[in-house]
Amino acid sequence: MSTAFLLNGRAVEADGHPMSRLLDVLREQLGHTGTKEGCGEGECGACTVRLDGSPVLSCLVPLFQCAGRRIETVEGITAAPEGPLRDALERFVATGGVQCGACTPGIVVTLASLLASNATPSREEVRTALAGNLCRCTGYEGILRALAPAEPER
Amino acid sequence: MNGIGASPPRPDGFAKVSGAARYLDDLSLPGMWHGATLRSPHAHARIRSIAWDAALAPDGAVCVTVGDLPGPNGVQLIDDGWPILAGAFTHHVGEPVALVAAPTRLAAQQALQAFTVTYEPLDAVLSLEAAEALPPLYQLGMDSGDVDAALARADLVVEGEYRTGHQEHIYIECNGMIASYAEDGALTVLGSMQCPYYVQKALTHALGLADEQVRVRATTVGGGFGGKEDFPSAIALHAALLARACGRPVKLVYDRHEDIVCTSKRHPTLVRHRTGVTRDGRLAALDIEILMDGGAYTTLSSVVLSRALLHSFGPYRCADVRIRARALRTHTAPNSAFRGFGAPQVEFAIERQMDRIAHRLGLDPLEIRLRNAVAPGDRLPTGQILDAGTSALPCLEEVARRTRFRERRQELEAARARRAAEGDEDQNGAEPRRGIGLSLYFHGAGFTGNGERMMKSPVTARLLPDGRIEVLTAMTDMGQGCSAVFPQIAAAAGGLLPEDVTFAEPDTAEVPDSGPTVASRTTMIVGGLIARVTAALRDRVLEGLPGHTVRDGWIESPAGRVERFRDAARRLRAEHGPVELTLRHEPPAWQTFDETTYRGAAYPTYAWGADVVEVEVDPDTLAVRPLQVTAVCEVGRAIHPTLCAGQIEGGTLQALGWALLEEMKLEDGRYLNDRLATYVIPTILDSPRIDVHLLESHRDGGGPFGGPFGAKGVGELPMDGGAPAVAQAIENATGIGVPAIPATPERLLAWQRAGQTPGGVR
Repeated sequence: MSTAFLLNGRAVEADGHPMSRLLDVLREQLGHTGTKEGCGEGECGACTVRLDGSPVLSCLVPLFQCAGRRIETVEGITAAPEGPLRDALERFVATGGVQCGACTPGIVVTLASLLASNATPSREEVRTALAGNLCRCTGYEGILRALAPAEPER
Repeated sequence: MNGIGASPPRPDGFAKVSGAARYLDDLSLPGMWHGATLRSPHAHARIRSIAWDAALAPDGAVCVTVGDLPGPNGVQLIDDGWPILAGAFTHHVGEPVALVAAPTRLAAQQALQAFTVTYEPLDAVLSLEAAEALPPLYQLGMDSGDVDAALARADLVVEGEYRTGHQEHIYIECNGMIASYAEDGALTVLGSMQCPYYVQKALTHALGLADEQVRVRATTVGGGFGGKEDFPSAIALHAALLARACGRPVKLVYDRHEDIVCTSKRHPTLVRHRTGVTRDGRLAALDIEILMDGGAYTTLSSVVLSRALLHSFGPYRCADVRIRARALRTHTAPNSAFRGFGAPQVEFAIERQMDRIAHRLGLDPLEIRLRNAVAPGDRLPTGQILDAGTSALPCLEEVARRTRFRERRQELEAARARRAAEGDEDQNGAEPRRGIGLSLYFHGAGFTGNGERMMKSPVTARLLPDGRIEVLTAMTDMGQGCSAVFPQIAAAAGGLLPEDVTFAEPDTAEVPDSGPTVASRTTMIVGGLIARVTAALRDRVLEGLPGHTVRDGWIESPAGRVERFRDAARRLRAEHGPVELTLRHEPPAWQTFDETTYRGAAYPTYAWGADVVEVEVDPDTLAVRPLQVTAVCEVGRAIHPTLCAGQIEGGTLQALGWALLEEMKLEDGRYLNDRLATYVIPTILDSPRIDVHLLESHRDGGGPFGGPFGAKGVGELPMDGGAPAVAQAIENATGIGVPAIPATPERLLAWQRAGQTPGGVR
């Protein structure tokens, strides 16, 4: 069975059972391996993609729900970033936001969604937005430094 | 700026941000099949029979059982006592019993249904208490002075028992391997791993292949923390056995549930302390017993136990010390390497014991540590005389100054006393209780004892035809950032520009065996070799040019710049053909260690740290929220301060997770928290603000320990300090004694009811 949707702005058709996980369709059928599986049950956020502009967990999204909708993956979101997202991605590496990188695509997608509605989020707003994205390497500090304005040394 | 002490962007950074970085599960080979593993549902059982009904399996699926092994049924690590597949018995839930391969992942899972296994369940040993009476997997001891006499002389003897639990690594990328055979019988394995040569040795040992027939390549590693030290060897063997059986490449990737069920964890540990102290709070005798739960097979428990023994006395002075350490056998998956490698458990125990002693003597936690912390020139109980970079006191003083620890603690103690006096300690709906806690810790960097001397790790450098220097090591970047730090070291040591140096991928067909990416040895030991070999190759290019040096990528004579180094190197390479140098690590001659008595210098040097943690405890639920951590760590020299601080930030949060949230509950040998929905690691909302301050004892270069530019190993250090500091902070907030972690609300309530206080049971 074929399901048509927009993937990073391009019309695609995916074959598969309507209950196939979007995560598997993206990775195995459409070659978009930037989206990662960390737990397969919606706990870790590594598989986050945007569906019609909102972040969703692609391990919990069945293929049939994607029909006619807009899917954006980390590859699309980082291809030509603009404005606050571009600035944040440039800082992200410099501030130590990336270590092993397995959680990073999901975090980038979540942050892109946050920045689309709030160009200058506070530390607390970033923490709230990232509540569903687990990182085991950084202690989150490097990620927060990329986004939130530096506070004066105490 | 790319010099030592600068923080250039890591070279793999943008590929990771954009999703372009390729991890194992992102790869696919032509004709590749998928593997799956049949696992024991029993903690201990005799395997009566294994039957495979091909008619029940998807078309073409193949299976591998223990009878199909071409060689010894053992994963070669220190020894090969860990079975590749269960033989006549299964010794833990999740132990691999048989393997299947099929064209798709789903078909491989379905093929598992074609097996019928008959088990005869047997009694299982599932606790340290039950295991204590049985023969241990391994045991060690160390004696210094006369402990019994010192205990008899002491003004006060304080006893304590401290426990820590399992911890699961939760690298975000689960374990996975792809194995493929070429037509000539050569085997190539790709995978997520810390130690390519461990995997190669396991494959040659079990499959009867020669070194040159087995090529192991590490893909981008999505986190390790020790969890990809030994386990990848077993998975690589499984994938290779399946590839051999089906004649195709086979991918074997664990999902999160399987990864938690069957892979190794941090050793649960029980430490018993009996400590003699003088009236003024000085340690007179340490009598320590360490019990570690090794699980079903020894794997790396002997070396974990060794490191535990050597950190169990903490960063404190004491001449009369007796330590007895045992790794015990239980029917759970083998416990093995996890960041800190035995040290976090025993440092939790000694720090808790110091707090108990302080409480008995009416001293505060800072004072007891100031009176006992080691200083340069002091002896550890092993007899090792500590070097000039010994920084326990500077760390302690700096963290106390930055946090106003003593004043803040007194304020919070007074608030608690006031609440108790007013009788509103147990009032429902009251304000959260604040508490502050402090810890002091140290970590021996590099392999324990004579490990580095026996290994004599090589690193190779060679000139490329374009005049760049290529450095070859077997180290993998599992996130810690050696791909950024190594080029900094090579460029600085050679007087080169970063673009003059390149690093080979960790591939056993190309790189020498520079040892495993473990034990906080990557920057300190292998980085030191990189500095030496790069400088030696530069000197080779400078031969025949007396008085010349290389700076910023230029060859300079006393009169000034002569030519680009790369131009001279390219010429040499063109005229002479391959130019290559290999150097081996040689520990300093003074670093000798007796493996039987445990006396001597167990580590070339130590890194030091002190943490202060402030927490909030809900008086109704006893839920603990860490608010702020200040970590002061002495690392010799930070090559890349952003990545160095990143290690401390991440390690600190892992320690807090272990201390507060991460609890592995067992029922009949089965982990109940076998998924991320139930095994809870800290989210960003559970995480405190973490302020890291680096002290650098060797900013001017050199040092007595041989790390490049004075750098000490840092990866594991931060795992040692968070848990004891948070336990002390909970006591400060609530008055409830915390003898074990994780300090979950359920346990805090039980301890409160049992009368646990900071001084012991009331």
